[in-house]
Amino acid sequence: MIFLQTEDEPAAGFGVLGAALGGKKSWTATAAAGHLLLQDAVVAAEAMRIPFVAYIGQRGGPSTGTVIYSQQELSIARDGGNGEGLRIVLGPSNLQELYDLTILAFDLAWRYHLPVFILGDGYLSKMTGEVDLSAKARVVKADPIVQNGKRVMNLRNCYSLEEEIARVLHRELKDYGSIAKEVEKSEVYKCTDAKIVVFAWGSVASATKEAVKKIRKDGHAVGLFRPITLKPFGATRAKQSVRNAKKILIVESAFGKFGRLVTEALFGISDIEVERLYKPAEGITPEEIEDKIRKML
Amino acid sequence: MSQPRLPKCVNKMSKPSNFCPGCGHSLTLKNLGFVIDDLRISSSTIFATDIGCSLLAWDYFDIDTVQSHHGRAASIAVGLKRALPKTTVISYMGDGGGYSIGLNHLVGAARRNEAITVILVNNTLYAMTGGQMAPTTYKGESTSSTPEGSFAKEDPFLGPEFLAPICHKEAFLARTSVDNPIQIKKYIKKAIQNQKNGNFSLVEVLSYCPTNWKTDAKRTINFFDYLKGFYKTGVIKGEQ
Repeated sequence: MIFLQTEDEPAAGFGVLGAALGGKKSWTATAAAGHLLLQDAVVAAEAMRIPFVAYIGQRGGPSTGTVIYSQQELSIARDGGNGEGLRIVLGPSNLQELYDLTILAFDLAWRYHLPVFILGDGYLSKMTGEVDLSAKARVVKADPIVQNGKRVMNLRNCYSLEEEIARVLHRELKDYGSIAKEVEKSEVYKCTDAKIVVFAWGSVASATKEAVKKIRKDGHAVGLFRPITLKPFGATRAKQSVRNAKKILIVESAFGKFGRLVTEALFGISDIEVERLYKPAEGITPEEIEDKIRKML
Repeated sequence: MSQPRLPKCVNKMSKPSNFCPGCGHSLTLKNLGFVIDDLRISSSTIFATDIGCSLLAWDYFDIDTVQSHHGRAASIAVGLKRALPKTTVISYMGDGGGYSIGLNHLVGAARRNEAITVILVNNTLYAMTGGQMAPTTYKGESTSSTPEGSFAKEDPFLGPEFLAPICHKEAFLARTSVDNPIQIKKYIKKAIQNQKNGNFSLVEVLSYCPTNWKTDAKRTINFFDYLKGFYKTGVIKGEQ
């Protein structure tokens, strides 16, 4: 393994791209304003279909902000570029998933030649706990893109004509659409009979699950929908999960970044009440979520 | 009619190239091509371009080429070289990309003595976007963003001289000019050799931009000679 501490995120990002072009599995990590800088390389990865993996330890913002709880980097990870956001975003909710989804991230990046984000937070990045390391990666080979022994590659991301880039984009969007169906992943927890479905992701979803379990024990029909891929977002499964629900609750450490995804996914369902527990840049305990749900019963 | 002699590694399908008439990029690239031919390294060379006029070289060669973003041609070259240490990696950029938005990456690569070769074409302004002032703009030079002459009171930025004190002792830094093909080839050859020996190298090529200088042939040569009075050519670090 080669470790290189670069001068900044664009250098790290483009260094990762160079290594991936050369046929080596490579990755980088950053947060907050560094995440903004990293997007420079991410759109290049999108444009030239180069595998790319980044771990983001979300910080509370705006600006340098705080370093523990936050889910405010969701929109940048999903769409933070001047393109169509053709990338995959994974949201681990605990340490085990952080391990498993990182393996998956490399698998997806090299299988589909797309940028993949693992979107954690300061809490996940700093905590210690037991993790089962026995999960085996599906071995997707990192073939070199340049020096590939087959043909000379002239890769570009710049076009002279609108029609030229439009043709490329339509092809890429179609491809992404079929990839999305294969990679969409979510946890649907006790939603079949649920009258209240709670939507949450990442470490907030871990707290939410605790609350849902507790209320279930009292015999109330409550469920949890947790997207594991924040992009692509499994809208069909999200809709199915609220089939019997009268109310939904959206919980996040941001002010509606996730909420907007949920309401967009559920667009067309009108007879459902939407409650929100938005705490931008703050942690959310199972007790707070439990209180909120109990008030909705 | 006989055709001008072109290097073997040139992608003939991409000709005529997209550079403006009188542009120094074509001359620089042609001479780089001759060096690649001489060294017989076209199949093991990777060419990384920046943004700006340098990006028009994305299909200039029948050589693996990857385009990066503005200022990032050195960074992607570092990743390529680290992944494929046996290849020759050439990072190709302009003065705006290299000495302004991407200077941090040249400093990083030079300090770490990354084994890459940077070829930086200096035409003293941002040519692709219409000829705005760059760090290399000469005092009093008229550009599209400084129509009455540069507002800058500072001397123009001397890249190789700036990097010399922070480079590894084995690094090779030089400046040549686009009207001196023998010297261009000599320095690029030395630079590539230096990369083969595991060290950083940079060759700045002082170049013409008649389109944005808004000069005819004669005034182009006159201004170029004037620039050479400040931008001294020669080896700045390494063996002569």
